[in-house]
Amino acid sequence: MPAGISPFSCANGGGRRYSGIMSNTSSTLDVRIWRGGEDGAFQPFSVPRQEHQTVLDVVTYVQRELDPTLAYRFACRVGMCGSCGMTVNGRPRWTCRTHVETATRGSDVLELAPLRSLPIIRDLVTDMTPFFEKWQTAQGRATGSKTRADDTQKIDPASPRRQAADAAIECINCGVCYAACDVVASDPDYLGPAALNRAWTLMNDDREADRAGVLEAATAGGGCHSCHSHGSCVEHCPVGLNPSAGIAGLKRLSLLAMVGGKI
Amino acid sequence: MLPANSQRHAGRYAAFAHRLSGVLLAVFLPFHFLALGLAIEGEARLDSFLAWSDQPLVKVAEWGLVTLLSVHLLAGLRVLTLEFLPWRGPRKAWIAVGAVVAALTGILFFVSASA
Repeated sequence: MPAGISPFSCANGGGRRYSGIMSNTSSTLDVRIWRGGEDGAFQPFSVPRQEHQTVLDVVTYVQRELDPTLAYRFACRVGMCGSCGMTVNGRPRWTCRTHVETATRGSDVLELAPLRSLPIIRDLVTDMTPFFEKWQTAQGRATGSKTRADDTQKIDPASPRRQAADAAIECINCGVCYAACDVVASDPDYLGPAALNRAWTLMNDDREADRAGVLEAATAGGGCHSCHSHGSCVEHCPVGLNPSAGIAGLKRLSLLAMVGGKI
Repeated sequence: MLPANSQRHAGRYAAFAHRLSGVLLAVFLPFHFLALGLAIEGEARLDSFLAWSDQPLVKVAEWGLVTLLSVHLLAGLRVLTLEFLPWRGPRKAWIAVGAVVAALTGILFFVSASA
């Protein structure tokens, strides 16, 4: 990477100017950014384009060089915190891990909007409250039965249940799957892929002390049976998780529980 | 107003093909029952209906019907597999295979009907 083009030069600290990163510009990007709340509109900006530029670089450039009133959210810039999710050219994405070239597919147009299906606070910032409340509704929290006086519970990492949990456990709550889901968009009560994926990991966790409660919460109205298996969550998950498979697993568990007279 | 997400991926197409084929098959069902009803009413009326159905346009419609049935059946099998069998990954190959089988079924019907 040439000198002065470090992606970290746009760090959010110390009042440092957003300089250097936009050297070597070869063309201009036509950026349209959502401004305002639910009744807002797209505002055009012209941003110098450069190699290896991420979408977050573009937003940061606009905020620091063109319009300091632009509101957006980010923290780590390396795909760990999950706070920079936005709708990029119609697709929900992490902006820090999305290159402009990937998002524009050869064009010079970049349209940025807040994540769908979440209330807009302002510009590109959404209120994640409904998303996290649904985690709680799906009982997406661990319930333990041990005390610190007990021995550590032995878990066989090769067991099918642990492997199923491991395959789904790396979710960082970015909300991209939630914004991508067609059912969430049409049914406000649907808990969404992330919350149900969390419930699936708990159902496969031998340490979970209230699996019956998790299953009951995950199969209640707006739960796993509302999923239409479109697979948009799988398609868009930046971590490569498969909430759709977990939700199908919850459906199977609920069927077995129903046949067994447990729910 | 925010524009809708533009989500172009195979799983979504498969789901919509499943629903659309189901709706179109439901539209066809009254005609199917009409043909069955005519068969009960008498041979002559059924024969005249079958003669009417020999028109090229109706044959094309029949081809469409068979293809729709194939699409709906295979998309339904996909959903049942997704819901009742353990699986991982996006499973787009299932959709590709289903689309090819549905197309082949339609072609086979068209060739055999034109022969």
